[in-house]
This record gives sequence, C-alpha cells and structure tokens, in this order.
Amino acid sequence: MPPVIDIQGVTKTYKGGHQALKTVDLQIGKGEIFALLGPNGAGKTTLISIICGIVTPSTGTVIADGHDILKDYRQARMKIGLVPQELTTDAFETVMATVTFSRGLFGRPPNPGFVEKVLKDLSLWEKRNDKIMTLSGGMKRRVMIAKALSHEPDILFLDEPTAGVDVELRRDMWELVRQLRERGVTIILTTHYIEEAEEMADRVGVILKGELILVEEKTALMTKLGKKTLTLNLQDPLTALPPELSDWDLTLKADGHELEYVFDSNAERTGVPSLLRRLSDLGIAFKDLNTRQSSLEDIFVSLVHRDTPPASAGAVQ
Amino acid sequence: MTFNGWGVWALYRFEMARFGRTVFGSLVTPVITTALYFVVFGSAIGGRMEEVGGVPYGAFIVPGLVMLSVFTQSIFNGSFGIYFPKFTGTIYEILSAPLSPLETVTAYVGAAATKSLIVGLMTLATATLFVPLQVQHPLAMIGFLVLISVTFSLFGFIIGLVSNSFEQLQFIPMLVVTPLTFLGGAFYSIDMLPPAWRTVTLFNPVVYLIDGFRWAFYGLSDVGVGVSAGAMIAFFLICLSIVGWMFKTGYRLKN
Ligand SMILES: Nc1ncnc2c1ncn2[C@@H]1O[C@H](COP(=O)(O)OP(=O)(O)OP(=O)(O)O)[C@@H](O)[C@H]1O
Ligand SMILES: [Mg+2]
Repeated sequence: MPPVIDIQGVTKTYKGGHQALKTVDLQIGKGEIFALLGPNGAGKTTLISIICGIVTPSTGTVIADGHDILKDYRQARMKIGLVPQELTTDAFETVMATVTFSRGLFGRPPNPGFVEKVLKDLSLWEKRNDKIMTLSGGMKRRVMIAKALSHEPDILFLDEPTAGVDVELRRDMWELVRQLRERGVTIILTTHYIEEAEEMADRVGVILKGELILVEEKTALMTKLGKKTLTLNLQDPLTALPPELSDWDLTLKADGHELEYVFDSNAERTGVPSLLRRLSDLGIAFKDLNTRQSSLEDIFVSLVHRDTPPASAGAVQ
Repeated sequence: MTFNGWGVWALYRFEMARFGRTVFGSLVTPVITTALYFVVFGSAIGGRMEEVGGVPYGAFIVPGLVMLSVFTQSIFNGSFGIYFPKFTGTIYEILSAPLSPLETVTAYVGAAATKSLIVGLMTLATATLFVPLQVQHPLAMIGFLVLISVTFSLFGFIIGLVSNSFEQLQFIPMLVVTPLTFLGGAFYSIDMLPPAWRTVTLFNPVVYLIDGFRWAFYGLSDVGVGVSAGAMIAFFLICLSIVGWMFKTGYRLKN
C-alpha cells in the first residue's frame, strides 16, 4: 500500500538564512497515528506548515493521498485538516458560523447534520451560538479542532494539541484521536511530551535542529526510554574500572570520581542490588548516589552525539 | 474540482458578515460626511459659484463626492479584509484551503467592492436629499462605479498585503489617496485652474476617474470619456497583475 503522505528531500531555509529543515524524508501510512517529537525550534511546525501549504518548501516534494501538494494543491488540501499550534480564531464569530465557514472554504457543500455531529463530538453544541471570544482557551482549542474536521479530512495534523489543555480535555482529545483512527483518518501530531506519544502514537519521529534523526515504532522507542541512570559519587577516585565489574555496563565520569550505571528500569533484574554488593566486596566506597529516569532530552542528546548516521528514517510498516 | 465555488462563497459571506456587524458605522458615516460636504461646499461656496458648465455647483460636486467615498471605502475594505487575518493569524486557514489565488482575490475583493458599492449608492441617495440629480448615462454610471470599486478594492488589497502594521495600513490612503482625490477635481472643473496647474493635474490618475464618472451624470467632460474609461481599465489591469504576481511568489503571505 502506498503511503498516504510521502515526503521526499524536503528542506526549508527561511528568509534571513535560517535553515529550519535539513533534508527530511518520511513516509506515513494510511490510518497511522504518527507523533513528531522534538524540542522548541526543532522544525515540527515548519514541516507541518509545508505539507499544509502555509510555508513553501525550499526543495523537495510532498505527496498527500496521491496528490503533489504544490502542483495538485486543490486535491491535496481538500484531504487535509490542520489544527495549528497557536490559538487563532475570529473573535467576533459564533462557533457555528466559524465551523460552517471552514467547511465551505474547503470546498464542501453545506451539511448542517455533519457540522452538528462535529460540534456534539467536541462538546461544543451548547456553545454553538456563542461568540468565540467569550469561550475559554480550552473551548477555543476545541473550536479549532471542529474547524479542522468540518470538511471531513482523511489526514489530520494536530500541532501540539494538548499544550495548555487540562487533564479532561487531554483525555477527550485522546479519545477523539482514537475515534478518528477507527474511521481510517491518518493523524500526525507534534508534542513535547513522550507520554503523549506513548498514549496515542503508532510510530514516533524525533526531530532535532531540522533533522529527522529517528523514526521508530513506539514500542521500540519506549524500551529505549525505559532506561534509568544510577550515579555513584565515589569516596576515592578510580583510575580504571576493575575487571570484577565487567558484568555491568559502567562508565567512569568526572575524572574517576563518579561511576555511572545505565539500566533498564522495566527489566526483571536491574542489576542494581548486585552491583552495590559487588562494590562493597571490592571496598569501593561512595558518598552519595542518585538515580535518574532518562528523559526525552537525554535521548535527544545521546542521538545527537551518536557518530553513526541517522537511523533509516521513514519505512512504512 | 476546477473552481472552488463553495470556498469563494464562504469567504465572501464571511467578509460581508463582518460588514453586517458594523453596518451602522459603515453606512451612517458616509451619510453624515456627505451631508457635511453639502453644508460646507454646496451652500457656503456654491452660493457664490452658481454653475459649472451649466450644472448647479451643488449637483456638480455629487459625482466627486460619491467617488471620494467609493475610493476611501474600497481601499479601507480591501486592505483591512486581508490585513486583519494576517494580523490575527487566522490567515493560516485561508492559506491551507484549496483556493487558487484568483479565487481568494475574487472573494476578498468582491466583498470589499460590494461594500463600497453599497456605501457609494448610499452617498448618492443622501445627495438627492440636497440637490436635484440627473443621470444622463445610467449604465455607464453603474459600470464606472463597479469598475472603480473593484479596482480600488484591489488596490486596497495590495496595500493590505504589503502592510506590516496598522500605521502602514493607513499611511498610503492618508498620504497619497486623499490628497490626490481632493486635487482630482472632485470640487471643481480642471478648466477652472490656471493653465500650468491644469497640466500638472493631468498626471493625477484620479482626475480621469472623477471626470469620467461626472460625464455619466451630466455629459460634461474635461478630458474625454474614452480617455477616462481607458485610464480606469488600465489601472484595473495594473492592480490585477500586481496581485497576481504577489500571489505567485507568495509575497508577504507565505514564508
Ligand atoms: N517565519 C519564520 N521566519 C524565520 N524563521 C522561522 C520562521 N518560523 C520559524 N522559524 C525558525 O525555524 C525554526 C523551526 O521553527 P518551528 O516553528 O518549525 O519549530 P517547532 O519544532 O515547531 O518548535 P516549537 O516546539 O517551539 O513549536 C526555529 O528556529 C524558528 O525560529
Ligand atoms: Mg511548533
């Protein structure tokens, strides 16, 4: 099955010379939920904006549902819905008017029944005659989602859908994503939160400084993220690791003052108690110890410092 | 789909709805302004000037007044319509919609021109309360009115695209258009000027527009109606090509 989105060699250099995207290749399968993870300024919004026609790529091609987004932009864009990162709404419009407007704008004939369903799904029906400016931030975000869904898109982009959103709306959002997936809608979302990717995505792409450095099945990534680091501050520095400790994956840090052990916190045996016992047997004393969950940031850092070229990005499973 | 009719209609309706919300201000202002012009120019000056080319002065200034409100409204509506979504960020939706540049312009400029047409007709209606009017060439009158509304709405649209701040949005209308209009023969016939000024005046494009429009009312023309019509069409085509070029290059809309 051909991918529903096929991104080939896309780069973007903004006016002023900032290169926001370095050669991105990515394929997304139909019905897939794809999470794009990355720190601020990584280029997530830029990539999404290119696919949606808001930003012009400097090079490369994007095919959406078989249509080139530049040459065949009409067909491509009709298939796509976008919920942007920023809350930008027409303050003076009513909820109903703005959602109906969006549907028409994307070339669909009026369908009050469908608009009603979208508004009800998003708990906006009661507010349909309210002016948008009278709504709370979370409600405004729902309105933006309703607008994006109003023309029955097959591909939905959610740019940080849960930024500034309370727990309840976040849960609603996840529920909505699941429902849309059942209807076969392909969803691409960006987030800073690994838990969000964990909750929703089938596949995760990590983007860093404009480079897609990793694309992996969520399950595989979660294993990597399950790592923890134990740091021991040694009483007396070590010059080298004693051979007796070769069973553990250890590194010496801070001129031999620190011993670091990376382990899988999900594993049956973490190896921590046995390591501590072995150290005490060897007479290696420590002043302090702490353990730390590898954060997304650590993964980024380790990925960046890895000398091997980026993992083969993009294969559709 | 070769033409996104629903999209154009939705955008047009959206723009007209904004006009509807401010309909009181949009219509009352030109009415009051027109009435004031008549009090000041019509009565105060007109009392001493009697007739221009056989037309009572009060009636002579009507076409110019209508043009004045059509210019101002078209530029304001045209520029504001596209500047506002740029300013608030809602432009993202227009840019991501399956609309061709031509369709986008049609909707925005169509709505802006419709509004200024309504205001122009309101102004005309107000004028009839003060002076008896005759329109010798009604079809030409409507034709000119539509053409000028569309052209200046396009011109406004360009200003809205180029502008990066509200100051810039007001700069061109304030600094260029208003003086050109006042010096464009709205309140006098250019025959009344000394010869040197008359020559200078011929470089003012607004002269041709007002002159042609006045011809439609009274059959009076300083420059010839053909020249006027030609100038209007030329200005329209220039604005259209500029907008076309801007969209093609994504100028100031896309990064
Ligand atoms: N219009 C623009 N002009 C110039 N540079 C831009 C523009 N938009 C974005 N950039 C730059 O491109 C880079 C990527 O920005 P982008 O918005 O795509 O990041 P992001 O991954 O979405 O970040 P965030 O998580 O903060 O939303 C940033 O360095 C940003 O400053
Ligand atoms: Mg972003």
